[in-house]
Amino acid sequence: MDNIKPTFSKGGKLGFLESTFDAFETFLFVPNTTTRKGAHIRDCNDMKRTMIIVVVALMPAFLFGCYNTGIQVGLEGFTAFFYGLVRILPMVCVSYIVGLGIEFGFAQARGHEVNEGFLVSGLLIPMIMPVSTPLWMVGLATAFAVVFGKEVFGGTGMNVFNPALLARAFAFFAYTPSMSGETVWYSDWTMMGAHVDGITGATALEQLSTTGAMAYSPLDAFLGFIPGSFAETSTLAILIGAAILLFTGIASWRTMVSVFVGGLAMGYLFQALGVTEYPAWWHLIVGGFAFGAVFMATDPVTSSQTNAGKYIVGLMTGALAVLIRVVNPAYPEGMMLSILFMNALAPLVDYYVVEANISRRRKRVKLAK
Amino acid sequence: MEKEPLFSAKNLKFLTGPFSANNPVIVQILGICSALAVTVQLKPAIVMALSVTVVTGFANLVMSLLRNGVPSRIRIIVQLVVIAALVILVDQVLKAFVYEVSKQLSVYVGLIITNCIVMGRIEAFALANKPWVSFLDGIGNGLGYGLILVIVAFFRELFGSGSLMGFRIIPESWYMAEGGFYSNCGLMLFPPMALIIVGCIIWVHRSRNKDLQEK
Repeated sequence: MDNIKPTFSKGGKLGFLESTFDAFETFLFVPNTTTRKGAHIRDCNDMKRTMIIVVVALMPAFLFGCYNTGIQVGLEGFTAFFYGLVRILPMVCVSYIVGLGIEFGFAQARGHEVNEGFLVSGLLIPMIMPVSTPLWMVGLATAFAVVFGKEVFGGTGMNVFNPALLARAFAFFAYTPSMSGETVWYSDWTMMGAHVDGITGATALEQLSTTGAMAYSPLDAFLGFIPGSFAETSTLAILIGAAILLFTGIASWRTMVSVFVGGLAMGYLFQALGVTEYPAWWHLIVGGFAFGAVFMATDPVTSSQTNAGKYIVGLMTGALAVLIRVVNPAYPEGMMLSILFMNALAPLVDYYVVEANISRRRKRVKLAK
Repeated sequence: MEKEPLFSAKNLKFLTGPFSANNPVIVQILGICSALAVTVQLKPAIVMALSVTVVTGFANLVMSLLRNGVPSRIRIIVQLVVIAALVILVDQVLKAFVYEVSKQLSVYVGLIITNCIVMGRIEAFALANKPWVSFLDGIGNGLGYGLILVIVAFFRELFGSGSLMGFRIIPESWYMAEGGFYSNCGLMLFPPMALIIVGCIIWVHRSRNKDLQEK
């Protein structure tokens, strides 16, 4: 590897591919350079290792998603898992190829390093879509999210919105019938000679918002044996992922906890007002609430940067999600919209938190005089 | 003094400048609101473009003729009267000859009065220049605005409805409802997508015209 490196450096024969080469080198090997500039805490982890841990944390939800996909079309045991895996892998590949292709292109054109944020985004995108989503939609949504969510703002770390959620938002508004509603779980597919029955089923959330009741028991919803987007169904698997993230200190527990608290408080408020009849905590186990709270709202780039801000943004994300779910009949799932909305507000919240801190300390100075 | 020919190179520049280098939408960033509102389909966009062209052209002409007789303190009121009269004329013509499109455009024809391009060009150009060049400038800006409208509407109708000018371009058999794989992009029917397309046009335009790039 080191032998061929000069070929790709500035002035080398293939110097124009420097960014691409650098991306592969640091992906495959731990680089012997560490962050030097800026106020970073320096430890053995660089950003690539951080991202890998997030990917590991996503694995329980991913594996369960595979299994549940098979369960939902009526398969059992290992066949079910295998079926789900075969369905999801093309989506993951499309998302990675399209997204990384665009990222590499932009990095090359601008002459900066390829950043590794997309390792996570690329996996998240298929995980928050229904498995029945056509591949070209996945590709188009990914391209949209990477170009308009990320590169336009200057690449990883500069984005205002969570790219994975932006991809879902694009697909949701552009191809609404394929993304939510009653026909999501349409599946008609032949695997290894055996014909898998196509099923059409409303997601649990859709049922909740239309009829106010669920056809699934809360335990099933918690464990995840319900239809829904690929990896969002199992609250249990997501909580295992949350534990990994919190243990390694990558995601902020402040955001995570306050999203849940916010959602729960809003749910109880609606229950007390008599708007909804089902228990408030159902909100936390159906739909993408848990997944959004653990993996989306905690995104270090788009979330709030200050601790007080994290509480505020988290509470509002949870509360807004439940508000949209209950009050707006057009959107049974409010998590995506509320997180994107709070992404946009996070810098404003941060600004006021910092301002409040400054004015408080200024008062203290005056008192001392 | 020798009389300048009507279409001298200098005069033509007033006409063609707004097409690209001085485009009202993508360089001056005027008239964005109506560009979002009327570009779902190509046909209303073209009609809208022509209406705005007529209004800007003649409003510039009239205001340029009046420029020495109008005290500057009341010029805005005079401008509004002129523009409003022209817009009402255009609206009546549209209702008489292309009623269907006129219904589709609904309130947006009337809103040409508030289109920033019309008043912007009067203020910035017609009040300080002779009638003929003012007229050319108005027509040029109207056409430059229309150019962007047509490009945006082209993409929005093609990908949002699968047709152009109402004719089907993407065959029915491709659609999912017919057993195909394709689906229209519903987002194209929403105004935000028009803004994103305008953004893309600006992106392409700026990268081709380096001198327009902001530092």
